[in-house]
Amino acid sequence: MGLARERVVALAGNPNVGKSTVFNALTGLRQHTGNWPGKTVVTAQGRCTHRDRDYVLVDLPGTYSLMAHSPEEETARDFFCFGGADGAVVVCDATCLERNLNLVLQVLELQSRTVVCVNLLDEAGRKGVRVDLDALSERLGVPVVGASAGRGKGLDELLNRVEEVLDCREPPKPLMVRYPPAVEFAAATLTPLLGRRLKGRLPARWTALRLLEGDGSLLDALSAALDWDPRQDGEVRQAVEEARADLARTGLEPAELNSVLVSALLRTAREIAQAAVTAQQKPEEDRDRRLDRVLTHRYAAIPMMILLLAGVLWLTIQGANYPSALLSDGLFWVQDRLTDLFAWLGAPEWLHGALVLGVYRVLAWVVSVMLPPMAIFFPLFTLLEDFGYLPRVAFLLDHAFQKARACGKQALTMCMGFGCNAAGVVGCRIIDSPRERLIAILTNSFVPCNGRFPTLIAVITMFFVGAEGGAWAGLKAALLLTGVIVLGVLATFQVSRLLSATVLKGVPSSFTLELPPYRKPRVGQVIVRSILDRTIFVLGRAAAVAAPAGLVIWLCANVTVGDMTILDHVTGFLDPFARLIGLDGVILTAFILGFPANEIVIPIAIMAYLSTGTIQDAEGLGALHQLLVDNGWTWLTAVCTLLFSLFHWPCSTTCLSIAKESGSFKWTALAVMLPTGVGVLMCFCVATAARLLGLA
Amino acid sequence: MNDGFLNTLGVGESGVVAGVEAESAMRRRLFDLGLVPGTAVTCTAVSPAGDPAAYLIRGAVIAIRGRDAAGVRLGGELWD
Repeated sequence: MGLARERVVALAGNPNVGKSTVFNALTGLRQHTGNWPGKTVVTAQGRCTHRDRDYVLVDLPGTYSLMAHSPEEETARDFFCFGGADGAVVVCDATCLERNLNLVLQVLELQSRTVVCVNLLDEAGRKGVRVDLDALSERLGVPVVGASAGRGKGLDELLNRVEEVLDCREPPKPLMVRYPPAVEFAAATLTPLLGRRLKGRLPARWTALRLLEGDGSLLDALSAALDWDPRQDGEVRQAVEEARADLARTGLEPAELNSVLVSALLRTAREIAQAAVTAQQKPEEDRDRRLDRVLTHRYAAIPMMILLLAGVLWLTIQGANYPSALLSDGLFWVQDRLTDLFAWLGAPEWLHGALVLGVYRVLAWVVSVMLPPMAIFFPLFTLLEDFGYLPRVAFLLDHAFQKARACGKQALTMCMGFGCNAAGVVGCRIIDSPRERLIAILTNSFVPCNGRFPTLIAVITMFFVGAEGGAWAGLKAALLLTGVIVLGVLATFQVSRLLSATVLKGVPSSFTLELPPYRKPRVGQVIVRSILDRTIFVLGRAAAVAAPAGLVIWLCANVTVGDMTILDHVTGFLDPFARLIGLDGVILTAFILGFPANEIVIPIAIMAYLSTGTIQDAEGLGALHQLLVDNGWTWLTAVCTLLFSLFHWPCSTTCLSIAKESGSFKWTALAVMLPTGVGVLMCFCVATAARLLGLA
Repeated sequence: MNDGFLNTLGVGESGVVAGVEAESAMRRRLFDLGLVPGTAVTCTAVSPAGDPAAYLIRGAVIAIRGRDAAGVRLGGELWD
């Protein structure tokens, strides 16, 4: 037995039923699960061992059906048809089992070695919903296991049942949905013919129904996978045409067939649910409806959303202050020790300069500036996600995206962009229409990512709040930052609209979005997950680019050509243009050198101003403010720096993601030019207007 | 209970689906969500701009744009 090959088990389920949680719990492979539909677009695979048998679990995209009306459904269906799975697990949400059974019944038509996993039993219990698992199993004809995957309950039993179902010689005889007699008759006339050709590779009855429906995408997949194209097969084609004509004579037009099949599936699902589920009064559902009414209120919803954002930012700014200072003290203390070490070793000055003052110092800056805000922002954000608020944001913002002829799910990818634009760009896979996906990809960097927050926060605090600190200053900074973000969101709408009207013309595709039930966030899990999956990942990436960037910056500031350093040459060259848009040569150089990671923009600028050749720790924002003012900064410089930080080229990682996701150099170039163009134009207008009016 | 079309339901109002008249891709999508004739639907929320709206369909809340909801005819007869 030990030498037996791995068994492949497909994991299917509706979106948002905790399928990814089951997958993670079984395979131990960390994969982010989000409380919104359609997160998994590509199939993830993971291994697990149970009682000395190895299993490969394939996490299929969440779908409501296998009728193949979307890329996700097609992926899931094709895997069941041609993926060579030995068995399947269908994960269901116990709180709305009836709707989930639609998918279960369709899977059973394709794969009889199936185990149904009724998940979220704990949540259902709280809602007063009871599921009779034995009755359900009896009706469906396959094993049913109850689980609460979030707490790891029921998963062992699930694997036991999977093993049994795969081990038994004869596959289970699951329930077959009865379609109207005319349909059953038509299918029956085709099955013998198809059975001979399919040779058990696909269930003949299922294939017959799809041929009657005229499912074009299946025909393509069939001819590719089985080397048999029913359209080229004269005998089959004729039989299908006759059967369809017979159906039409009984009053069933082929175009209506899909509706009839779906109705039969749903009726069967309803009958089973009525037999197996007892629901009492649902207080939680009332609570959800009340919450929805408040959170989508006609006048209050948008202000509340903005207040919530401001609150999250306030907690981030306020909470990050102290640990940031502590970290920076600690890391710079280490730097002094490193300097001592180099002196003791008698290392040459240039080596110490390049490694300690260059590489280490930039790294220390990035870590102390980035880590605390991220360690606060990401968990808060994940809590909102876990609670189920993000789909509501998409719901509230959809109208604006609709007017921009874009997809409502773009609101979700935009939210991901707050964390990291590169992640937001990859997240655009959840948008089905290629045109709308491109719009979302091209506009993602219009919202500031976490790496740009330090720059924004520092400039806002120095020039518009005052460095006196305290809760009021933090609140004011949070509100101003919120204003900057709202500006970014408005720009996203406008540019999406512009793209839809020009290079990406088209009508918006239809879209439906599930608003999942509100869930009590699992605080402990959220913190662990967001720190592990997001914070460490983003920080690691930033550190990886910051280290070499530190070296380059140190070299630029220390290698002299003629009588000036390279950095001075560059800033001098850029200065005239930069002045035109309200910046100066140093700031623009800092943005260019900050291409690998936006976090290092401010440190580079400070270094250039001080011209001491290393990155300086701003000893308190007050001293930094003085330094900037001494170098000619006014409120206008600050505003233009804010604007340019919000709208300029995406960072290198984001550019790479865009190139990969769009698969085209042209679109990547546009993604760079769009925000840069907007930024330059906006800064130019603001600077010129302010100068003409004599304000600065 | 309402006749008319799905997009005309106000918050808290209900109807029973009589038929779906959208173009074929959307039609199938609405079917998959359970919007077949005989299904009870309740409007649970309308976004501030009036579009899209959210509907309770077979235990799940789904947001649908007005343009698409206008293809769902109400006034059908409820199952069992």
